[in-house]
Amino acid sequence: MNMKKIRRSLFSRTTLRAIVSITVFLILWEAGSRSKEWAGFTMPWIGLVPPPTSVLSVWWDLLGDTGYWQSWYLSLMRVLSGFVAAMVIGIPLGLLMAVSRTFNSITFPSFEILRPIPPLAWVPVAIIFWPTEELSIAFVTFLGAFFTVVINVLGGARSIDMRFYQSAQAMGSSQWDIFRRIVLPATVPSIVVGSSVGMGITWNVVVAAEMISGGGGGGGSGGGLGFFIWNSYVGGSYEQIVIGMISIGIAGYACSELLRGIGGFFTPWLRTR
Amino acid sequence: MSAVLEKVRTQGNEARYGAIRIDDVVKIYDPEGAAVMAVDHCTLDIKAGEICMIVGPSGCGKTSLLNAIAGFHDITSGAIYMDGEMLCGPGKPKADPGADRIVVFQNGALFPWKTNLENVAFGPMMQGKLSKKEIIEKARSMMADAGLSGTEHNYPGEVSSGLRRRVEIVRALMNDPKVLLFDEPYRALDSLTRSVMHESLLDIYYKNKVTIFFITHDLEEAIFLGHKLVIMTTRPCRPKKVLEVDIPHPRDYSVLTSPRFRELLEETASVVHEEARKSFASGEKEG
Repeated sequence: MNMKKIRRSLFSRTTLRAIVSITVFLILWEAGSRSKEWAGFTMPWIGLVPPPTSVLSVWWDLLGDTGYWQSWYLSLMRVLSGFVAAMVIGIPLGLLMAVSRTFNSITFPSFEILRPIPPLAWVPVAIIFWPTEELSIAFVTFLGAFFTVVINVLGGARSIDMRFYQSAQAMGSSQWDIFRRIVLPATVPSIVVGSSVGMGITWNVVVAAEMISGGGGGGGSGGGLGFFIWNSYVGGSYEQIVIGMISIGIAGYACSELLRGIGGFFTPWLRTR
Repeated sequence: MSAVLEKVRTQGNEARYGAIRIDDVVKIYDPEGAAVMAVDHCTLDIKAGEICMIVGPSGCGKTSLLNAIAGFHDITSGAIYMDGEMLCGPGKPKADPGADRIVVFQNGALFPWKTNLENVAFGPMMQGKLSKKEIIEKARSMMADAGLSGTEHNYPGEVSSGLRRRVEIVRALMNDPKVLLFDEPYRALDSLTRSVMHESLLDIYYKNKVTIFFITHDLEEAIFLGHKLVIMTTRPCRPKKVLEVDIPHPRDYSVLTSPRFRELLEETASVVHEEARKSFASGEKEG
């Protein structure tokens, strides 16, 4: 990307609209929480929320606080470990279920019974199962992404066009060739979709798991972003609650962007459409 | 193109392989006991290097015949031979799919995740008869011959549907097939693109003489391309009228306005129309 392109994208209409959107939102929020009343009506919700200016000033102080960054780090590590485990186990499992009818008929029923159970319902069991609280949280996070990844891989591998198999077979491909050169690449787009949905779920799950379990091994101010929010609530710092929420938003967005980049790298043929 | 035609006229380029004999073939689909006859005692002889056009109403069972030759589906009775060897028949209901019979599908079956060049090179790579370098060389030169230079590193999704069909035909030819099986490959194209594709197909055919088994429901396409025209009855399908198209090859687009072309069209249109009406009345779904 050259300078011209960067400048063009920085000053494009889309960027401008994004700036306007966020600015208007911040002004409304600021005005709402400062005035407490609008046209004689008490603001039911926004009046109780700290205004963005005070959130920003608290945030500014927090930027030098290692505890705050420790929360980022811990949540991120939990999300990544759960997510990576879900990919590493989920992708082969989904592929195996797609290619082997026998394997599928053995595993699918149990899989389908376990799938609807919300990851958070696993929290008590996870705490009993795993020796450390850290592992329990990672496990619950793993479950959040795992089922989504498997279902997407399975669906993607199942819906491969019959004609691809037929022409590959006619051109002399062995079973292994068909798996490696047809099934695998044809499933990559579904893996990408499954992983980005799964990533979203892991963030949902990790925050709730941290709130429930009391922050895992780190404890105190270093218990992850979920615990950070909970702790701020208990401690009565409303600014910090908002900071925690926005931090999770930023972290989730960054993870999704990263995944989009990785996904695009693995699906070059979809780039131009 | 005229240089190619000249070469064909002077040198000749006759195919010796790929004669197909369809002998009393019956295909009955039997989903849950409701037997549906798709092909009804069909007998047909296709000479080596002949372009045989199969015309019939939508859903008449032409594709069942194609699938039987390709080895994708089995037949109920009868036999199919290629160059005297039985592909399928008594004791062997389903032929083995092979690189000697390659299908060009209705909506195309290029692998979207491979570039055009990788697609074209796929067959020989799988068969492993040539080195990788030789395969790439051959693929490039065949693509150049078909006017596909410059699209080697594009993905199929990045080029026009007309070019995609051409890539697919080149991919098929890379396997040195004896027979090319076309399942209405130009159906989704607009008529202008289609007319370009017809000339381009003939152009490729004159350079690589193979037997062509070509399914279509477009009578003009069939007369323009074919040596032989087989009009099928509506389901179950059986040859209703077999006709040698006596317009000499090589042909180009001027054929379309020739009196002989018009005569043949008139001769066959009513037969096709009659079958199409029967098919319409029976409520066959298009496909």
